[in-house]
Amino acid sequence: MGSKAGVAASGSRFAARAEAGLRLAPAFTLLVMLGPVAAGILGTLGPAFGWLPALGADTPGLATFKALLSEPGIGISIRLSLVTGLAATAISLAITLLTVAALQGTRVFNVIERLLSPLLAVPHAAAAYGLAFLIAPSGWIARLLSPWATGWERPPDILTAQDPAGLALIAGLVVKEVPFLLLMTLAALGQADARRRRLAGLCLGYGPIAAWFYGVLPGLYAQIRLPVYAVLAYSMSTVEVAMILGPTTPAPLSVRLVDWMNDPDLALRLVAAAGAVLQMLLVAGALILWRFGEIATARLGRRCAASGRRFGGDAWLRVGAGSLAALCAAAVILGIAGLALWSVAGLWRFPEAWPDTLTLRSWARHGEGLLAPAGTTFLVGIASAAIAALLAIACLETEYRYGQRPTSRSLWLLYTPLLVPQTGFLFGLQISASAAGFERGLLPVIATHLVFVLPYVFLSLSGPWRAWDGRQGLAAACLGASPWRVLLAVRLPMLLAPLLTAFAVGFAVSVGQYLPTLLIGAGRVATLTTEAVALSAGGDRRLIGLYGLAQAAAPLPAFALALALPALLFRHRRGMTVAQ
Amino acid sequence: MTTAAPAAGHLVLENLTVSLAGERLVEIDAAVGPGEILTVMGPSGSGKSTLLAAITGTLAPAFAMTGRVLLDGAAISSRPTHRRGIGLMMQDDVLFPHLSVGANLAFGLSAAVRSTEERHARVEAALAAAGLEGMAARDPATLSGGQRSRVALMRALLAEPHAILLDEPFSKLDAGLRAQIRGFTFDQIRAAGLPAMLVTHDQEDAAAAGGPILPPRSAG
Repeated sequence: MGSKAGVAASGSRFAARAEAGLRLAPAFTLLVMLGPVAAGILGTLGPAFGWLPALGADTPGLATFKALLSEPGIGISIRLSLVTGLAATAISLAITLLTVAALQGTRVFNVIERLLSPLLAVPHAAAAYGLAFLIAPSGWIARLLSPWATGWERPPDILTAQDPAGLALIAGLVVKEVPFLLLMTLAALGQADARRRRLAGLCLGYGPIAAWFYGVLPGLYAQIRLPVYAVLAYSMSTVEVAMILGPTTPAPLSVRLVDWMNDPDLALRLVAAAGAVLQMLLVAGALILWRFGEIATARLGRRCAASGRRFGGDAWLRVGAGSLAALCAAAVILGIAGLALWSVAGLWRFPEAWPDTLTLRSWARHGEGLLAPAGTTFLVGIASAAIAALLAIACLETEYRYGQRPTSRSLWLLYTPLLVPQTGFLFGLQISASAAGFERGLLPVIATHLVFVLPYVFLSLSGPWRAWDGRQGLAAACLGASPWRVLLAVRLPMLLAPLLTAFAVGFAVSVGQYLPTLLIGAGRVATLTTEAVALSAGGDRRLIGLYGLAQAAAPLPAFALALALPALLFRHRRGMTVAQ
Repeated sequence: MTTAAPAAGHLVLENLTVSLAGERLVEIDAAVGPGEILTVMGPSGSGKSTLLAAITGTLAPAFAMTGRVLLDGAAISSRPTHRRGIGLMMQDDVLFPHLSVGANLAFGLSAAVRSTEERHARVEAALAAAGLEGMAARDPATLSGGQRSRVALMRALLAEPHAILLDEPFSKLDAGLRAQIRGFTFDQIRAAGLPAMLVTHDQEDAAAAGGPILPPRSAG
């Protein structure tokens, strides 16, 4: 043992230091994730109540809120935020639950499962542009139906995208939130003992959907509650989807807030801050309202279940649910196809369903302009996803080594950045940063992306990490491997595929960020997303197609890597395909 | 039984008890000499896995342990698992699925063996001893159950443990293979002169081990 002890002693100082660092990882991660949120909210509150000495505002009071509420059409903007947010969330959740209830265990379900990751990776803005290209008066749907069914020889003068009621906005949110909620529901199914509970209902004569709603949903909902809340908060406060698909006169609250924030009249920043506070209150109110809705629905469900009605004839509903889910997927996929086609379209007259000519002229003219924003997108995405992955690994390893149990409180903390409207704290960060005259650049943008990237990377990695067979670690330790060697030589290689997937998810989240890049980058950090969204006002379809397609394609290399690298490295290791 | 005097080559469980929430799960006092195999036998839920966790140092914090575990005369209870010198063979062979058979064996081999040729030779020798010549490059998932068991044992021995624990290592093998692998395992352990502890619920395993047989809870 003499020589062994010597080796151990020389390595132990490093190990002790690394161990100490590891113990700090959870606290550090929380600071990185929640510090900006807390600081930003504080930074928003001051100006909202009329206190921003840098701009000469030094009399605290409610004057800014008065100014906010006297803005023309503010009532409509508030209503739009509330209604579109609640409607999009309710519809997304209904489609998700009906789809899972109707199709769990069928072959169609496997197809849907496989489509989820690519659909999730499509940034909101690209999906919204794609949908706009489909449903616009001169879009693909109108073209396919014209003139033979509609009689239209020219695009009809109706508002389909950007309709005043916000229907297109709701649709744009639904097609993106359904895949997210489906993924979260699938992850929760395993823990809800779904198969047996559904079977128990079926054997009592209940229809498949009723058996699922009565037997599985009550135990499952607690696990998808936070994702549902995140969808509600996002849907109420999204900026980029509302800019592309939402009404304009007036626009939903979030879009107007950003307009005021970017107005040359600096006094409007105070109004924007007040609006951000209002939006946080609206989201909080909507979440409380939703919670009451949950309680009422549960009560209604129990009464319904006690009635003993079997709902056996639900075949039509199952077909309907499957069709709605398919429609969501088709809207995103065809939308991206539409973007691609417009980017190479030459002359494309109205009722024609296909361009007269295909040309690479748009790519030749604007392709070079794509390079710089694409480079920035990749740099910010790789940096934030890599940092997030490192922090997530450190936190999960700490949890494992010290036998900590994940609590519901830590899950709430993880979801906090997804529950606070982005405007709420980004305004505060932006105002304090510009008041303090901070130099802007890539680093603050990466740090802000990290706030949103971290929760998704952690959520993606934590499942496989915690499911890892601990006996592998015991076997390695009994062979004399230190905890660090177990981590580096056994656990991380075995979890390479989920690790790369978590990285890809984080990268995709970063690629899709609009508001953090715009505000924290002070307009000087251009990514594919900021460039693409900036085109929404112009309406040059070829250019939008080009940027939208580039934005949608940006996350793909990361996902391709996550699939290909483990498959290549472990092509002769049959045990590794089972393990995933 | 009285406590054996601490001595080289011995695994001693000195008045070892483990309790959970006031309930005593393990109570054992035993000494195992070099090449000797102590069998701890009892039905599932009788505290066998708790005893193993106490010796490997992987008890959850909720468990309370008293007494000492001595190896070669030194108390090892406060050491981390990887510094205890305790080898382990489990019910499932737990070969690392991402490594080849040879790399699994090399994982166990001490880093003090520096030269590549020497490491290579040691791995090949271990394979030969197990009747698995030339299988270093194989994917462990392509081996038969008996082959995997033998690789797992050779891997544990390459780590040069000072004692070895056998946790129902034969229960997943079919009857014909079982006696053969069992004989191979016991022979290797005796040849290495290691104190061993076999945990099982199987009478035949216990009889074949040829050593003393204790329940995990033998008060007094």
